[in-house]
Amino acid sequence: MRPAASITTALAVFAAQLRDRPLRLVVSVAAIAVGIALAAAVHLINASALAEFGRATRELSGTADLAVRGTKAGFEESLYVRLASRPGVRVASPVLLREAALVAGGTLPIEGVDPLLAAALRPELYGELAGLYVALLAPDALVLSASAARDLKLVRGDWLSLRVGGLERRLQIVAVLPAEATARRMGLMDISSAQWLTGSVGLLSRIDLRLAPGLDAARYAAELQLPAGVDAMTPALEQARAGNLTRAYRVNLDMLALVALLTGAFLVYATQALAVMRRRRQLALLRALGVRRGELRLAVLVEGAAVGAVGGVLGTALGWLIARLVLSLQGGDLGAGLLQTATTRVATPPLALALFIALGIVVAVAGAWLPARRAAEVAPARALKAGDEEAPAAVRDRLVLASVLLTLGAGCAFVPPLYGLPLGGYASIACLLAGAVLLVPAFVAATLAHLPTPRSPLLALLLARLRNSIAQSAVSLAAIVVSFSLMVAMAIMVHSFRDSFERWLGAVLPADIYLRVSPAADTFDLSTAAAATLAAVPGVARIELRRTTQLSLAPAQPPVMLIARALPRSGDSLPLVGYPVATDPTLPVAFVSEALRDLYGVQPGGVLELPIAGRAVRFGVAGLWRDYARSTGSVVVDLASWERLTGERRYTEASVWLAPRAAAESVRTAIEARLQGGDALQVIAAGALKQRALAAFDRAFAITYALEAVAVGIGLLGVVLAFAVQALARRAEFGMLRHIGLRRGQVLRMLAGEGAFLAAVGVGYGLLVGLLLSVVLVYVVNRQSFHWTLDYIVPVGQLALVALVLVATAALTAGISGRVATSGAVVRAVREDW
Amino acid sequence: MSVPLLALAGLVRRYQADRPAVIDGLDFTLAAGEWIAIMGESGVGKSTLLNVIAGLDRADAGAVRVDGVELAALDDDALTLLRRQSMGFVFQAFHVLPYLSVGRNVALPLALNGVPEREIRPRVAAMLVDVGLEGMFERLPRELSGGELQRVAIARALVHRPRLVLADEPTGNLDPKSAAQVLALLGRAVRAHGGGGLLITHSRAAAASADRAYEFDGRTLVPLTVP
Repeated sequence: MRPAASITTALAVFAAQLRDRPLRLVVSVAAIAVGIALAAAVHLINASALAEFGRATRELSGTADLAVRGTKAGFEESLYVRLASRPGVRVASPVLLREAALVAGGTLPIEGVDPLLAAALRPELYGELAGLYVALLAPDALVLSASAARDLKLVRGDWLSLRVGGLERRLQIVAVLPAEATARRMGLMDISSAQWLTGSVGLLSRIDLRLAPGLDAARYAAELQLPAGVDAMTPALEQARAGNLTRAYRVNLDMLALVALLTGAFLVYATQALAVMRRRRQLALLRALGVRRGELRLAVLVEGAAVGAVGGVLGTALGWLIARLVLSLQGGDLGAGLLQTATTRVATPPLALALFIALGIVVAVAGAWLPARRAAEVAPARALKAGDEEAPAAVRDRLVLASVLLTLGAGCAFVPPLYGLPLGGYASIACLLAGAVLLVPAFVAATLAHLPTPRSPLLALLLARLRNSIAQSAVSLAAIVVSFSLMVAMAIMVHSFRDSFERWLGAVLPADIYLRVSPAADTFDLSTAAAATLAAVPGVARIELRRTTQLSLAPAQPPVMLIARALPRSGDSLPLVGYPVATDPTLPVAFVSEALRDLYGVQPGGVLELPIAGRAVRFGVAGLWRDYARSTGSVVVDLASWERLTGERRYTEASVWLAPRAAAESVRTAIEARLQGGDALQVIAAGALKQRALAAFDRAFAITYALEAVAVGIGLLGVVLAFAVQALARRAEFGMLRHIGLRRGQVLRMLAGEGAFLAAVGVGYGLLVGLLLSVVLVYVVNRQSFHWTLDYIVPVGQLALVALVLVATAALTAGISGRVATSGAVVRAVREDW
Repeated sequence: MSVPLLALAGLVRRYQADRPAVIDGLDFTLAAGEWIAIMGESGVGKSTLLNVIAGLDRADAGAVRVDGVELAALDDDALTLLRRQSMGFVFQAFHVLPYLSVGRNVALPLALNGVPEREIRPRVAAMLVDVGLEGMFERLPRELSGGELQRVAIARALVHRPRLVLADEPTGNLDPKSAAQVLALLGRAVRAHGGGGLLITHSRAAAASADRAYEFDGRTLVPLTVP
């Protein structure tokens, strides 16, 4: 037979079998499709959100070559004068960005610009304002974007009321931009009016620069000699910074989505391996008819590739649809609150889509690789002999390879983060998992060897069957071991995180009521006067004020949070990691978060320079504190030091302790009434704040649970399919047992027992492997991704429940498969050659 | 008058209402100690007859009595028990469980009938001697030839001393020499255990090993003279 012809013939035989029993094909394709769909959906949602972020960044900076940015509070506008007059600067456009609280509720981003200068850099946005320049110069003139006008139900000529510093201000809508000018929900004002309106006279948020042709923007930025806390960035760097902020979370989600795909690969492996076992005779016949070993192997691989291609195409299409649905329902954020964009556009990068289809093929071919080798090893003469059964594959000597993989996995766990990602941790998990899967047959064999031979003939039969089919059992258990162990690891990680987070909340929220100026609203501050009013509210025993602000410590890194609060040098009131250390007594002290230590290499006992009030101020780093709220870093300093350094007496947060017998809710309402902060001021009881934080936490991890559930579902599907296939393959055996006097119920109980036993072994082994993987997740992946440490806690009840459900489902499925296999086929079954 | 081991009276089995009956009013009796062969063309209903006798298939009309027990009066559990205790089966494709040793395969009916383990081993060993497989208790089926596998199946069919042995083409997968040995063994063993048996076969040589031979045409069993 010519190679092409023999492979085609083999494939035609396989195809005929699949047509006859399409279940295996459907399940394999579905497993790949679901895995690819999840991976594609997560990737496309994140890519769409990032693309939208990129669009917004480009829209914001227009054709500028450099954006000079300060913190949210802004920087002195004298910098504008200096930069605008620098040689090489063609256009310098000042911008003030503020979030205004609306009297009617909610907030509105307001952008203050010089219309003429801005139009030079952003003609697509400000070109629309031609003819309105004069009208815009009025101090109460506001231009709304189309989406803002639609959202606020306002038209040209209407008035909009804002609350600024406790006072109400009214602005008139002088124009509404066409929808194509910008998709953002925003208001535009003349920069002077915006500064006056928001109490930011003399301050700017950014300056967009267009440079003379031929100048290297990055090099030019380095020469600008900007004050501390102000950076100059190219638009590309600005976008990369947003990417850095969310990268760890996105990569973790991508990895999690790939788990489902990996489980799918094991399912393909299981179905193909079982198919090869079942097709033993047919494969032998093909060999006898002249198909070479290599051709047979290739035919099985081609079959796998075909499954992968169909699954890949279906999965990519499904993933695109899921991404579109998720984006239209909840925007681009997948739970972490880091990528909140208004986009409903799904990014459709052709290369990525092609890669997902290719990934489906690769995964399916990888799954078919070992079965293909096994197919080629079938000895035709022996397999064609009547009464021949496949020799039980001895537990192959895979201990060496498994040991190598486990050692490699352990070693990878100690690799430091690469490109800010826990790549060593991922490699460690992959190696440990692969090593553990190789040991499944040995584990099953060891478990069975330690079981005493039961007195019941039925149980003895069951045990004999299990002991003789270790290879088959190991194959069907691979998918469940992989998915369940990863689920266990994830559950331990999330549970440890949640428990640590809850305890951390208790430590950082010791007061009864909390006040916080909305991070979105820049038009209200807790002034000293407001603080005095707060302290005088009946029922308030004590207050503590805080000032939080963002600082930029490195251009390529997201800003870090500075928290100024009453702080003893011992850091007593903070949840510290380790103990405080002695610092230079002449320097004010700072406690840095674990993230700040990792990202900027700051160690306790060292010195940290912070850009405060336009200059670099040195702090002695007295210790590390645990901060689960900010993975990009935070630093706590004493409020008195901050006030001394900045001369500021404005605060962003306050803690309130109640007097004995004071009712929290009535005090809370009284505070709201006295301070009149409107939407810009949140006043919330500690309990509600903790609940809100935990709800946000659960929301952030909901997607991880969903992805894990799908992976376990695919794993369970693998077990179900294995039982179904094996039960059908064993019809003759059941028929003979019925002939010699076994009741149907006894046969079914035997099968259910087999199912329960195998699932219990798989789940038990998965649990052990999961515990191992969870150590890597908690201490390596989590630590390197988010830079915080967790207390290791195992959710025993939750895991026991899932394990029980899995074992019960497997037993039930095995019983149902047996019912199908034994229904009315007793007579026919023994006539079938087995 | 002694009760026949097997009695069929007006037996009818029809698979579809609009098609002719596969078995159409068959009457037949088999006495204890008889080993008879039934021949017939493919599709004539020989195997159906065997299944109805075994209680694995129900007759549409007529009666099947085994040792005087009317099968139609038994539910599935009772039929299963009857097979377990009083019948032995030999199949063309052997159906020896690949994951049990030879001895454990043979021991299955004894274990199912609750025979204590201390009795099982000597009985199985003796049975293996009877079928010429002495010392093969611990061997695995895959180590055996086709003829040896069928001997295991015969040992399994006889070890619990059933009243009735039903053999469906037991030599279909064997070479002539092995077939002759298996048939001689089967006939000798059935008679030795005091029961009776039916041998379904296409082979005249196989039929010749029985006490009597019949040609089945669906309605009647016609006595056949085989050399």
